[in-house]
This record gives sequence, structure tokens and C-alpha cells, in this order.
Amino acid sequence: MCKEFTCIVCPVSCTLNVSKEGEEIIVKGNNCKRGKVFGENEYKSPKRILTTTVKVEESCHKALPVISSDEIPKEKMFECVEQLYKMTVKAPIKKGEIIIKNILNTGVDIVASRSLKQI
Amino acid sequence: MDIVVIGGGPAGLAAAIEAKKHNVKEVMIIERDIELGGILQQCIHDGFGLHRFGKRLSGCEYAENFIEGVESEEDIIVKLKTIVIEITKDKTIYAMNEEEGMMEIHSKAIILAMGCRERTRSQVFIWGTRPSGVLTAGTVQRYINMEGYLPGKKAVILGSGDIGLIMARRMTLEGIKVEGVYEVMDSPGGLTRNISQCLKDYNIPMHLSTTVVKIHGNKKLEGVTIAQVDKDKKPIKGTEKYIECDLLVLAVGLIPENELSRQMEINIDPRTKGPIVDENFMTSIEGVFAAGNVVTVFDLVDYVSETGEIAARGAAKYLKGDLDLSSDYQDIIPGDNVNFIVPQKIRKQNLEDKLPIYFRVKQPLKKVTVVGEIEGQKCLKKKHVVVLPPEMIVEEIDCEKIKDKNEMLKISVKVG
Repeated sequence: MCKEFTCIVCPVSCTLNVSKEGEEIIVKGNNCKRGKVFGENEYKSPKRILTTTVKVEESCHKALPVISSDEIPKEKMFECVEQLYKMTVKAPIKKGEIIIKNILNTGVDIVASRSLKQI
Repeated sequence: MDIVVIGGGPAGLAAAIEAKKHNVKEVMIIERDIELGGILQQCIHDGFGLHRFGKRLSGCEYAENFIEGVESEEDIIVKLKTIVIEITKDKTIYAMNEEEGMMEIHSKAIILAMGCRERTRSQVFIWGTRPSGVLTAGTVQRYINMEGYLPGKKAVILGSGDIGLIMARRMTLEGIKVEGVYEVMDSPGGLTRNISQCLKDYNIPMHLSTTVVKIHGNKKLEGVTIAQVDKDKKPIKGTEKYIECDLLVLAVGLIPENELSRQMEINIDPRTKGPIVDENFMTSIEGVFAAGNVVTVFDLVDYVSETGEIAARGAAKYLKGDLDLSSDYQDIIPGDNVNFIVPQKIRKQNLEDKLPIYFRVKQPLKKVTVVGEIEGQKCLKKKHVVVLPPEMIVEEIDCEKIKDKNEMLKISVKVG
């Protein structure tokens, strides 16, 4: 089966045609190596970086921005977000501080993407 | 003061740090928000800093790298919650804040780094009532990402620029149902990869050649009427459709914020809507520089920081008396397919080894060559696989090739 994707690695935004012949995944339409890797992953199991916020107390802001330390399987996005919305953290927070380790057993951590002082 | 930087966003932060690196003694940043970082603090999504840091950072991570830089410089004075109300031609700044009241600050050089502002409902002329729930994409972004407040349950997005697309994904993750993105033009305003990762990933439909023609609701937004448009962007009768929603998100473009620049009668370029600048990003007033989105709306923050640094180096030289301020300017003019170029003019005596130029094309083109010509000779030739209007092009001109030329420099984008 041939699938069509837009490569999101860089702004050229190549249209990729990805198919499987036997065990081999064939990527067509890419202009670079990174596009080939993206096409293969997108065919096997699409992954994305997750950025969202969690509630924070004792800070001048009400939300702490967080980012995943690596890409997370696309179908687990909403489940991850749900888990993050249930929690509340307290300032002070340092950028890079782990908020949830190994979220949903993906092997990926959720970390703070900024520092927040305590008030 | 030696240098006062107006605005503590990415351009201002980079400018202040660079000024210190060039041994400028008294540097001050004036910022109206409660913290430094500017709009980056509400940009929690990733994709920032690919050029500068070699990885995809979130906006706040990118900002924090620079804020740390400012804090590690011992004596950069930072005035937060302070608004500049006027700057005069002799470089006197009138500013105020809650604690100190009115301030009069004299500075030898000024770097304008006020950034840009979103276009609002009144600038796109939408008919109807004036209920709550009609917000710009940036306002929604601030509410959700910083203030932890969801401004609606069901949203319609007008405009398909990147901010609109980013917010479509963000609102969906937050449980706001995004009914669709409507774009008056016949092609999307944002990058294809953002359409893919922000809309397609979440099954959000995009409707081209369609716009919002009426807003309904008294106190609170109840719905909008959308309609398809013809070639002249006029709504087509009979295509109107009512959509129930409690949030209309406007992502209809950005304009450089130049009230202060206009007040001090700096020359503004009608195409960029920002000050006309030279090779050091100096404006038409000597000693007043401009950097970042106040000059033109850049699409990468990396470029914004870069221009802050160019302006700071220029200002440092100006303070030392190392800038040639008397020679005639040579213009840099847009040729085929080029919409505008920054800087608009140069004094070649002030050039370093390389002159970076920033420009946009008028239409999408494939397999092109960027050509720079001066006095009939080529000083720049660079091939591109694809060029798009939403993607700013940055090239460097080898100054060796223009140093003995006195006429204007023309930049064109030619197919082939």
C-alpha cells in the first residue's frame, strides 16, 4: 500500500510517497536523507514532539510550559496530555527539570521548558 | 546612557548582549511586560533556534538562553513594567512605570526593538455585532499558555498563517473543538509542514477562498457566517453558511509596531512597514538603530536575534565615532520576483567582509537562482530548489565584489 505524507523536517515540505515491498520500506519524493528517515518512521509509527502546559502554583504565571525530551508516538498524544492536566507543580522551577519521567512507558521524559521563580 | 534598547524581546536581548561584548559601558533595556523574553514566552511550541543552536527549541527555551546571557552581563540595566511614551530626535526617551513615575532618559544611541503587533478585527473589516469571544491568535495563545485560561469551547480560525495553524493544534490539545480554518486567499498562508503537523494530524479542515463575513451574538459570540469568495475576494452570494461557535480566532497578519518611530519622524518603508535601515540597521536618524520585527516581520527568530546583533555592533561603532556618516548611500533595490529587501541602502565604507540581506519573493517558484547585480556585474549567484513568500530568504554578499562599485545593487530571483 502506498501512502502520501508531507515531510515536516524542513520548510521545503517535500511530498513523500511511501510504500512497502516485502520487508523494505521505499520512500520516494524526498530531496534529502532526513526525508527518507522521516518517511520510514511516518509509515511505521508516526512520532511528534509534544509541547503543552501544566498548572503551576506560587508563580507569576498560572501555566508552566513543558516539552517532551524526544518524540512521542502520535496516537499517545492525547493520553499524555490528559496525564499532564491532572497534575499541579509548584514554583520555583528550573528549565530542563523533569516533570514526568518516562511518560506512559514511552521512554520519553516531559521537562519544563522555562524557569519560573517563586513568588 | 550609551545605548538604550526599547523592547526586551529576542531582538532587544541579542542587541544588549552584543553591545556589552563590544565594550559599551552603559546599556539599558526598557520592557513593558513583567519579564524579559517578549512574545517568545507564550510560544511554547518547538521549532525555534534551528539555525543558531542546531536544535528545535521551544520559544521559551530560546528566550531563556538569551535572558541568561543578559543576567550574566553585570551591568545591563533592565527596567521592567516600563513603557516608553515618546522618543525625541535628540534621543531623549520619556518613559514611565509604577514605582519611578515619569522618567527622562538621555542616550547617545538607541536601538528600537519593539517587535510587531497582530492585525485585529477592525483591520480586516468584518460585519456584525461586537460580542466577546473575538480574539487574535496571539491573545488566545497568551491566555492558554501563560494565564491558564481557555477562552472558548468551539472555535473558528480566520487566516491560515503559521500562528493560526499553531493555535489550531494547541486549542485541539486543550479540548477546544476547532471547527475549521478559513482562508480568504486561494493558497494557504502558512508553511506546508505546519498544515501537515497542526491540521492534518488532528483532522482539522482548511477552507480556501472562504472568509468570515458576519459576526453574530450580543454579549457573547454565538456564531459566524462564512462565505466563499470570488477572484476579487468578494463574497459570492448564496454560498453563506452559519457556523455556531463561541470563539473566533483571528490570524490575519502582523505589522511592525512603529508608533514611536513615526512620532520621531523616522523614514518608514511602505513595503516592510518598518524603518528604512542601512547596513548597520541604522534608521534615517543618526544613532537610532532598529532590529527585529520592528524593521520587517521575519519568520525565524534566529534572524531577529541576528539583526539585533548587527544593530548593536553598529551602535558600538557609532559611539566610538567609527561609522562613516557622510558618504552617499547606495540603494539595494528589488528586481524580478523580489518583494522587498532589508537593508534598503548601504554605505560601503561601513561594510565588514559579508553583507547579509533579507528578502521575500512575490510568488512561489521552483528551481530558481538568486542574482545580485551591480554596475552590470554579478556579485551574488545562488540556486534554490524552492522559494516561497512565507519563507524569508537570507543571502550573504561578498563585500570584495562591491567595494569599488558606486551604483545601486539589484537583487532578483530568476527561474532556472
